[in-house]
Amino acid sequence: MTWVQANRDYVLDMLLQHVRLSVPAILISVLVAVLLGRIAWRWPRAGTVVLGTASLLYSVPALPLLIVIPVLLGIPLRSGLTLVVALAVYGTALLAGTAADAFRSVDERVREAAEAMGYSRAGLFWRVDLPLAVPVLLSGVRVITVSTVSLVTIGALVGIPSLGNLLTDGFQRDIRAEIVTGVVATMLLAVALDGLLVATGRLVTPWRGNVATGVTT
Amino acid sequence: MGIEFRDVGKTYPDGTVAVTGFSCTVPSHRTLALVGTSGSGKTTLMRMVNRMVEPTTGSVLIDDRDVLGLDKVELRRSIGYVPQAGGLLPHRRVVDNVATVPVLTGTPKRAAREAARGLLELVGLDPALGSRYPAQLSGGQQQRVAVARALAADPNVLLMDEPFGAVDPIVRRGLQDQLLQLQAELGKTIVLVTHDIDEAFRLGDEVVVLKTGGIVAQTGTPQQIMADPADDFVRDFIGSDRAERSLRTVAVDGRSLVVDGDGRPVGVLEG
Repeated sequence: MTWVQANRDYVLDMLLQHVRLSVPAILISVLVAVLLGRIAWRWPRAGTVVLGTASLLYSVPALPLLIVIPVLLGIPLRSGLTLVVALAVYGTALLAGTAADAFRSVDERVREAAEAMGYSRAGLFWRVDLPLAVPVLLSGVRVITVSTVSLVTIGALVGIPSLGNLLTDGFQRDIRAEIVTGVVATMLLAVALDGLLVATGRLVTPWRGNVATGVTT
Repeated sequence: MGIEFRDVGKTYPDGTVAVTGFSCTVPSHRTLALVGTSGSGKTTLMRMVNRMVEPTTGSVLIDDRDVLGLDKVELRRSIGYVPQAGGLLPHRRVVDNVATVPVLTGTPKRAAREAARGLLELVGLDPALGSRYPAQLSGGQQQRVAVARALAADPNVLLMDEPFGAVDPIVRRGLQDQLLQLQAELGKTIVLVTHDIDEAFRLGDEVVVLKTGGIVAQTGTPQQIMADPADDFVRDFIGSDRAERSLRTVAVDGRSLVVDGDGRPVGVLEG
């Protein structure tokens, strides 16, 4: 605890960096994965290829990816953007399949009735398909949130600061308290973001909670 | 005026023939019941009216205008649609379900909700149910909501896709009575799809009995079809041989009692 007190500003700074890297990566993953999932749902044949490619990307080892991305995009190796892109690739790879499942989980009877009532194509997506896909989608977003937060730490190996620095620095200088702080802070951040997602999920799917306690007369 | 099916056919790209050369006119304010087994093309025909299905031959006209010449989305918003069970938007409260089409067409939300509560009353529901979600209602209540929703934009035409198919017989009877009462007041032009011949006879002014592949077995009023079934298919479909269809009278205590084929009493003959 004394180590934490002595290095409070440093830990908070690294925590902030960690958030700055993980949250954009998660948001990009969700956007791209929903897009790919929608394509896969709409055109199943093309979807098999898209989803297959996506899950293949997940098997690319992290360190080479962190070297390849700056080369491909022409950005500095130590830029936070490099890590955000890499994490977004993994996040998308992990989430795209779930996003496709989420759209498949929408009751076809509901979609048809909505279409027959006169929802436009865009209206059907935003006001029927997407809200009804949220429960399944959210389960996938929770997984990539936790995995992204923990993956951010590897950025420390190529000099992109985050809570991972507490791990590399702690190992090099053999400061056990620093390592423990790094691990615990990373886990706490993951748990906090997960909690935020669960709360948001409840907020945007009020009809589900009500069903469980609902009166059915 | 009304709805006209003019020699319509639908063949799917894989060669499946759903409907061939179907012609029929539904006069304004009347109810047409399309009845048949699954695969008879009855739903396909109904869906041609709001362009959920487009005919490969022939045309469908509403008030003498070919629906293919109208904007798809606007056309659908102008037609009331009652889906099968499970067609309500599960994520919208009952009032918002009912207010769907008015809100889509630009009615302010508050006014649309206000009107929606009135419609709930019209279909025999407590307006207080408006703030619930569909899953919190019984199957029968849900279908009442579906009827209210279809009426919300005050359309001239109503399409009903086996609306009461999934509820138990007593509730179904109540829903049918409600619809008859509403129709007497509102006088919509209705196309109803059902596999239940009794429902077709109760609700339809005109009934079309369809065979597999959208072939018309018989068209007529319920009375005509009952009195003179066109062929064995129709006779079998309407259950002419069933005990409850072959009634006769017997005299009991000076009154004429109507009994079915098994001799069970159905009612008393008056006059």
